[in-house]
Amino acid sequence: MRPDTAGAGAVLDKAPAAAGQERTLSRQRAARRRNYLVQGARVLVLVGVLGLWEWFSRAGIIDPFNFSMPSRIWHQIWTWASNGTAQGPLWVQVWATLYEALLGWVLGVFAGVILGIALGRVRFLADVLGPYIKVLNALPRIVLAPIFLIWFGLGPASKVASAVVLVFFPVFFNAFQGAREVDRRLVDGARILGASNRQITYQVVIPSATSWIFTSLHVSFGFALIGAIVGEYIGATKGLGLLVSASQGSFNAAGVYAAMVILAVVALLAEGVLTFLERRLFRWKPTESGDGR
Amino acid sequence: MNSRTSPAIELRGASKVFRTPSGAPHTAVRDLDLTVERGEFVAVVGPTGCGKSTTLTLVSGLEEPTEGDVLVGGEPVSGIADDVGFVFQQDAVFPWRTVLSNVMAGPRFRGVPKQEARERARQWLTRVGLEAFEDRYPHQLSGGQRKRVSLAATFVNDPKILLMDEPFSALDVQTRALMSDELLDLWSGTGASVVFVTHDLEESIALADKVVVMTAGPATVKEVFEIDLPRPRKVEQVRLQTEFTDIYREIWSSLGEEVRITRERGAGHAA
Ligand SMILES: Nc1ncnc2c1ncn2[C@@H]1O[C@H](COP(=O)(O)OP(=O)(O)O)[C@@H](O)[C@H]1O
Ligand SMILES: [Mg+2]
Repeated sequence: MRPDTAGAGAVLDKAPAAAGQERTLSRQRAARRRNYLVQGARVLVLVGVLGLWEWFSRAGIIDPFNFSMPSRIWHQIWTWASNGTAQGPLWVQVWATLYEALLGWVLGVFAGVILGIALGRVRFLADVLGPYIKVLNALPRIVLAPIFLIWFGLGPASKVASAVVLVFFPVFFNAFQGAREVDRRLVDGARILGASNRQITYQVVIPSATSWIFTSLHVSFGFALIGAIVGEYIGATKGLGLLVSASQGSFNAAGVYAAMVILAVVALLAEGVLTFLERRLFRWKPTESGDGR
Repeated sequence: MNSRTSPAIELRGASKVFRTPSGAPHTAVRDLDLTVERGEFVAVVGPTGCGKSTTLTLVSGLEEPTEGDVLVGGEPVSGIADDVGFVFQQDAVFPWRTVLSNVMAGPRFRGVPKQEARERARQWLTRVGLEAFEDRYPHQLSGGQRKRVSLAATFVNDPKILLMDEPFSALDVQTRALMSDELLDLWSGTGASVVFVTHDLEESIALADKVVVMTAGPATVKEVFEIDLPRPRKVEQVRLQTEFTDIYREIWSSLGEEVRITRERGAGHAA
């Protein structure tokens, strides 16, 4: 049906059309009102929690020394931003953490995707390496951070290593699964059209596995940040993790929270960039089902 | 045997046994003898699950026969031959490629330069009436349009052997009739030999030179009927001819029995 046939009907039949339009408008208004309501309620929750925290702290219901309070945290962030931290300018700390996390993430994703696809495609590799990967995955990998510190020293390398081992596994398993679950019909179709094994890997398996891989990219960037922060916390010369441990060492609760807030903002921005890239890459997909989260 | 005079496709005593997940052997087709001459349009009908798709995968080289021989152009099939095209029941288009890129896929896989592949793809898109849709993604098309993309993507490779597995069964009745006409139109002049699997007897008579009736599974050839309706045909008109109804009745008396056997077996399983 053409869209303009509805319009032609409307001209002949004015009254029902007007009523229909009225209904559409009121539906739109209701949707907008609901949207405002949700946004307003969100702000209210935030203000409520922060307000209660501030009030409890000031009134002495909770110990401000341990729990700090929003105004002090904000003050701490402001001081760090304008006067720098004890370890140097704030942006240097943020950049150090981001750099380690990004590098670890990129390396971990590369290794995970390549190995995942390879094992998903080559049965022999999967059979040989499968058990080892399972064993390594069962290991709580965060305990490797101190070992990496011993191996690679206080510099960024030890943090990158922690990030890599955290990132690798979820990406690997998703890529593996993605390569395994490729639609048989697409592979058969490509073979009939004349694709070689190599072409099937690059032009059928990898594109179909990308949505699986992307799912793991979101989670794994968080893991990369955890790896970097924990590494810095254990021993470093700069970074947000160092800010946390230094603040903790000087009994500065506000400093610990302030570092956490900065970290959260960094993580949210990174997530935003990833979502943007995903939208561009998946233009061929029907529609984003729901709104993600 | 001379490969010039040999039939396009020959199955000689071909059987295919699958291993089921439980490990027990399952015979999908047995002792299959079938000949498709060059340029011939053969339709294969049979009850569901009898082994029609399996027959096509044997001819395509996607699967090997457990016993017997499968010859294409007089040569035993080993792997996937260059001149085979296959249209599947469900769309096998790449969802992440645009329409144009989907039709270019075959030539590109075979090493045709990009420019030439694009030109050939555009020609076939025009023939199936989708030239205005080349930038769309498959999910932005109707089922009939996606099928046209599959047809263009198959024909662009100039297949000498065309295998079609219930290609139109997912379409609504009107679209199916249109697509049948379009298929005949695309096929005429290519000289390709076609094996067209369907469970729709009317469709098979309207399209084919020869209708092969298969037995209830494990399938073997039961009877072969020559269809002497003149070409070029229009599916909707062919259906109205008295010869058509005669042929239909004749084939149905053969096919109906197998369908009944299959159905009773199903009922037996259910009981
Ligand atoms: N890969 C397979 N493994 C095991 N059994 C199969 C496989 N493919 C098909 N079969 C079985 O072989 C029989 C014939 O299947 P198929 O050729 O798809 O039938 P049709 O196309 O006539 O409906 C069915 O009983 C089906 O379950
Ligand atoms: Mg089938």
